[in-house]
Amino acid sequence: MSMATYFSMRDIVKTYHVGEEDQVVLKHVNLDIQEGEFLSILGPSGSGKSTMMNIIGCLDTPTSGEYILKDRSIGQLDQHELAQIRCHEIGFIFQQFQLLPRLDAMENVELPLIYAGISHSERQKLARKMLIRVGLGDRMHHYPNQLSGGQQQRVAIARALATNPTLLLADEPTGALDQATGKQVMELFHELNDEGRTVIMITHDLSIASHAKRIVNILDGVLSEGVSEYD
Amino acid sequence: MIKARLGMFHENVRMSVTNILSNKMRTFLTILGIIIGVAAVIAMITTVSGVTGEITSQFAAMGTGKFSVSANGTELRPGLTSADLETLRQMDNVTGISVSMQSDVVARHGGNWSDEVTMEGRNTVYFKHNENMIARGRGISVLDEAQYARVCLISEGLQEQLFYGHDPLGETLSLDGHTFTIIGILSTENDNDVMTQAMGNNDNEKCIVPYTTAMRMSGTAYIKSIEIYVADTEKQSDTIELTKETLKRIFNGRDDDTFTVINMSVLMDSLNTITGMMTTMLAGIAGISLLVGGIGIMNMMLVSVTERTMEIGLRKALGAEPNMIQMQFLIEAFILSVLGGTIGAVLGVSISIMLCNAMDITFVLSWNAIVLGVGFSALVGLVFGWAPARKASKLNPIDALRAA
Repeated sequence: MSMATYFSMRDIVKTYHVGEEDQVVLKHVNLDIQEGEFLSILGPSGSGKSTMMNIIGCLDTPTSGEYILKDRSIGQLDQHELAQIRCHEIGFIFQQFQLLPRLDAMENVELPLIYAGISHSERQKLARKMLIRVGLGDRMHHYPNQLSGGQQQRVAIARALATNPTLLLADEPTGALDQATGKQVMELFHELNDEGRTVIMITHDLSIASHAKRIVNILDGVLSEGVSEYD
Repeated sequence: MIKARLGMFHENVRMSVTNILSNKMRTFLTILGIIIGVAAVIAMITTVSGVTGEITSQFAAMGTGKFSVSANGTELRPGLTSADLETLRQMDNVTGISVSMQSDVVARHGGNWSDEVTMEGRNTVYFKHNENMIARGRGISVLDEAQYARVCLISEGLQEQLFYGHDPLGETLSLDGHTFTIIGILSTENDNDVMTQAMGNNDNEKCIVPYTTAMRMSGTAYIKSIEIYVADTEKQSDTIELTKETLKRIFNGRDDDTFTVINMSVLMDSLNTITGMMTTMLAGIAGISLLVGGIGIMNMMLVSVTERTMEIGLRKALGAEPNMIQMQFLIEAFILSVLGGTIGAVLGVSISIMLCNAMDITFVLSWNAIVLGVGFSALVGLVFGWAPARKASKLNPIDALRAA
């Protein structure tokens, strides 16, 4: 496996305006990720880890510093280019799954493919393939409320995989799941990482974070390598 | 690229329809304003145009092939003489002249006295063109005119007053002391025509006598009101011009206030102007309700954007661009308002059909009204959907997802 740099963050600062005050959420963060890495960002709530995820996922831009994703400086890109990156290169997985309740499993998985401009028949083919891939071949036309939490998260993973992204970005992916189901999801993450995808997982749970090959710790907006002794 | 955009459009429509159908009650309440607005516009416009059509056709029935002359004349010549009538009668394209005189008389039969009734002096030409005025008996003949005959036709109202239901035909009655033989009964049907009503003389108690007799009774040699019938309606305006010249000659070159020529088609034009104004005004009022309906849609869309914050955030995370989100919400507002407009159009047409039936007039489907109603509601949807759609497109995906 080649170990080219996937992205690098240089001196990232993120400030939010809260009323009159500026709240510094990320304080001069530096981080380099190689292609095919499996990384956990570990931190308690309010530590700035969600902001990290938003910046990595091109959902937000830093106040200062440079974020270079595959040789592109994200700060220089416009809305259209950012949307294209989110669509084709990044697969998002959320704690609350974020499935649209009025759409069935297939349609939920098709959603990013719509924005990728893929034809209806092709979308269905890909969505079916992804649902089979996550073990839901027999649940394709179930609606989210007809699925268990673990099954919903697997639909969400299938959706994240639909556009065949190189980066999987997961925010507390097991937070809403019981331990056994969470473990299955982690196994799936390992498989996806073994396929060569870069996986970044954001969590406050050390036992979940330990599934990753590398752990960085974030506390009060300061990023450090390894596990700190915060809990 | 175009294919992708079309695909995107198709998806947006599909997503909008799914969303609209998923909450039917709320959708219905949202578009209720539009439904009422469009229904009001269409019901008003089609009903008014139905009424207008009815009036116009009645006018046309009265106004084609004839025009009226009202001649007050000069001090020395206060009206038209029989010789003048003959001069006018000789004009090109004229088929006949109907005469009209009016005075108030008191009628008596035996010991029964009537209130003051209208006595009209008419001629043969009048009855030739108004055959349906005679319910029974006959009209005024040329001989009656020539002989100053003491004959009359009476209305049903007068018949009831004086004869208590027994047949008055052939009986006599006294008009201001002169004895007349009743030769006909006038129909009440004809009193329904618009012109009679408009001129306010739809009184049910009147009698008609030969105009010559009426002239003699009132001691005048002048006629002030006539109607000229033409053979070729296409040349009516030429005939009117000729009439004006002739009258000017009769009244010694004066045409200031000595006579007036009333052309029905001119009256019809002004009637059309009035009904046109009325339609515009009614449509304006209905337009306000459409505007209110539009605000309802905007409110609903704003609520929808707030409710679906998480969905919008997710879509953005999955690669949706702001303009795609905006398009989705705009299409949804558009579909909502067009749906409301369509239901409103069906409702409006139904109301109009019922109203027209109730008023006994012919219903005419006005496509203009439907296009206007539905088109305006679609426009309302776009205008009022724009702000919420814009709001949705501007949502920050992080805030949107965090709100969930």
